[in-house]
Amino acid sequence: MTPLLEVNHVSKQFGNETKALSDVNFSVSEGEFVSIIGPSGAGKSTLLRCINRMIDASNGEIIFDNMNVMNLKKKELKMVRTKIGMIFQHYNLVNRLSVIENTLHGNLGKKSTIAGALGLYNQEEKEQAVKILSTLGLVEHIYKRADQLSGGQKQRVGIARALIQNPRMMLCDEPIASLDPNSAKVIMDHLRNISTTMGITVLVNLHQVDVALKYSDRVIGINHGQVVFNGTPKDITKDDIQRIYGSEAEDLIFDIGGIHAS
Amino acid sequence: MQADFFAKKRRNSIGFFAILAAITVGAIIITEYDIVKGFESLPRAVTWALGNFYPTQESLVKLPDILSSLIETLLVSIAATSIGAVFALFFALMGSNTTRVNAFFGSISRAIATLFRNIDVAAWALILLFSFGQSSLTGYFALFFGSFGFLTRAFVETIDEVSGGSVEALRATGANYASIIFQSVIPSSVPQMLSWVLFMIETNIRSATLIGLLTGSGIGFTFNLYYKSLNYDIASLVVVTIIISILLIESISNYVRRVIL
Amino acid sequence: MEANEQVVSGEPMLESPSKPIKIKILTKSTIAIRITLLALAFLTVYAFFSFDYKEIDFGEAILATFANIKAMFFEAHFNHFTFTHAFYQVLITLGLAFLTTIFGAIIAVFLGLLAAENLTSKRVSAVIKGIVAFIRAVPTVLWVLIFAVAAGLGSVAAVIGMTFHSVSYLVKAYSESFEELDNGVIEALQASGASFWQIIFQAVIPSSLTYMISWTFLRFEINFAVAVAMGAAAGAGGIGFDMFMASNFYLDIREIGTITYFILAIAILLEVFATKFKKKLRVNG
Repeated sequence: MTPLLEVNHVSKQFGNETKALSDVNFSVSEGEFVSIIGPSGAGKSTLLRCINRMIDASNGEIIFDNMNVMNLKKKELKMVRTKIGMIFQHYNLVNRLSVIENTLHGNLGKKSTIAGALGLYNQEEKEQAVKILSTLGLVEHIYKRADQLSGGQKQRVGIARALIQNPRMMLCDEPIASLDPNSAKVIMDHLRNISTTMGITVLVNLHQVDVALKYSDRVIGINHGQVVFNGTPKDITKDDIQRIYGSEAEDLIFDIGGIHAS
Repeated sequence: MQADFFAKKRRNSIGFFAILAAITVGAIIITEYDIVKGFESLPRAVTWALGNFYPTQESLVKLPDILSSLIETLLVSIAATSIGAVFALFFALMGSNTTRVNAFFGSISRAIATLFRNIDVAAWALILLFSFGQSSLTGYFALFFGSFGFLTRAFVETIDEVSGGSVEALRATGANYASIIFQSVIPSSVPQMLSWVLFMIETNIRSATLIGLLTGSGIGFTFNLYYKSLNYDIASLVVVTIIISILLIESISNYVRRVIL
Repeated sequence: MEANEQVVSGEPMLESPSKPIKIKILTKSTIAIRITLLALAFLTVYAFFSFDYKEIDFGEAILATFANIKAMFFEAHFNHFTFTHAFYQVLITLGLAFLTTIFGAIIAVFLGLLAAENLTSKRVSAVIKGIVAFIRAVPTVLWVLIFAVAAGLGSVAAVIGMTFHSVSYLVKAYSESFEELDNGVIEALQASGASFWQIIFQAVIPSSLTYMISWTFLRFEINFAVAVAMGAAAGAGGIGFDMFMASNFYLDIREIGTITYFILAIAILLEVFATKFKKKLRVNG
């Protein structure tokens, strides 16, 4: 299978001192569910944002769908972004707009300046939005304002906004870090489902090792901006966890033992 | 060790108050402020106000004139604020780190706003007096410049505070600049911005009185006319109408604020 | 993976294709926003028709303004006074602003304590807040002029008149920061038998001190601008008065330019400090 995404020798430097990423290499195949784990400040968020160039990487190349993302011009970059959905830790919805408007925002990348600015959507797009929202169990909340929803519901709207783009790949930046365990499970189940049934590639940043091991086809461990582990959940050992999390690992190892045992 | 801690704390606060006291003394000397006279004048002002500064039956004859210049002042304030807000919105979009087109225009916009904000409306009035003379437009432009400067800063803060996350999300979907502004930035920040605009109108009505005094127009001029000719009953009627109109506008905008925020 | 099945089994609710789907919601808030915007737009347009233009050629006046602003900033000069004089007048203006702020702060601490609901009662608080609203409704310049009748034009009337608005501004700021104080702290001290004033000086003021200093400095920044304006409009002295003279008597736009540079320098300096204080407010808040 040809890889959908290839990250080759990517580095990112902020200012003169701090090196957020150094020589990162990995690839992701079509339809794969990949988790990126690591301690906070390891560079997970930066890495994810380099892929759709919300942040510009300093060196290296990022190949998405046979295109080098780093060389794209403004227009082409927007085209690529329409094929990549993104969801965020803090949901990043427009709080004062309705759920369905927030969902339809996923279509803005395909709109002309005027249609986009005025928020003009056709019937087909609206039906599509309703359909996606009902799949995500939000159909009775369509006309609620986004700030009236619970955290888990907001994140589902975030997923709906990404899905309506009809994306090849989803980038998820700490999607469950602000949620309670029950809502977190619902969100992760949805993401897994998207990958399995729709064949969309999912790349997700996670802080929780146990969640990553449970849901992923493959896990990439990052520490200090470097890839220190890249393999299936089955292959991960205590030593690997130690290498990824450093001193933080003490608390986590017990959990890992439990998961492998089950 | 503990004794040290308390001693140091006391030394710090004594030092702080000593500096304040020294500056106060310096300020009293340089401004030739007469402390005794200051204390004396308070009761004297109260007695005088109770004896002279209240509207009488006769002064009510002037009410229509007063109201018409009050309305002129209110309209000048509102017009200056709304037009100032339109310009401020544009400059704030350019100046905000979330929505700016590039760093260069960002700095330029912020610099222009800083310049306009830090020249007081009274100063603007004196400058504009040269070209616009004693017309409503002098006050209008003075208030417009001041509002523009202040609102630009307020709007920049609003945009940065309110819309950072959703702007990032829409950029990630590949949306164009106009879509991001009209679908995310404007809907998120309009209530907060409107609240600033209402605040600015309240402030401007008070400033308009001052500007009227300087430029000879509106309610400030009317007050000055009767004040200078020692018609304190009519002057106090002017003050009463100003108080009522400001309290009225404050309660309207407080109501609007409660509903929209 | 039961949750997965749940997700898939949720049958999409299909609307009948002919029925258009609405996406906007009209809440009370959106309606209020629209009405307010419309009202403002209408009043603005109406204002432009009602202005007293006094036969001014608008275009010409705009051009003249540009020429004036250019002359002001690029041909600034000293004519009726020297650099030392201007500097001294700026100090006077700063002095007026400082006195106003200090007097205002002292009065506001006491009124602020009374206005804080958690320290006194709702009734007292409401009375104080009402007085403060009344004070704010009278423009500063009128306070100054009213006091000028009793004290004569000059620094006394200016400082006392300007103090009124400082008090009302600071009472609001102080009482809000007092109200943020955790009730448990007050309760704990009451339980240990502390008196009202002991609680104020040992708990309330120390824990709000950073806020109070920041707000007071922000007011000082405002008072500088007010002092300039009062110098011009109420004969309070300082750089504002020189500006008034340059504008109304000498008609010297270039001298106004010089004065404007002085005012700008101080105002921007104060704003830089004020921004730092504001950041502090936010970090602690």
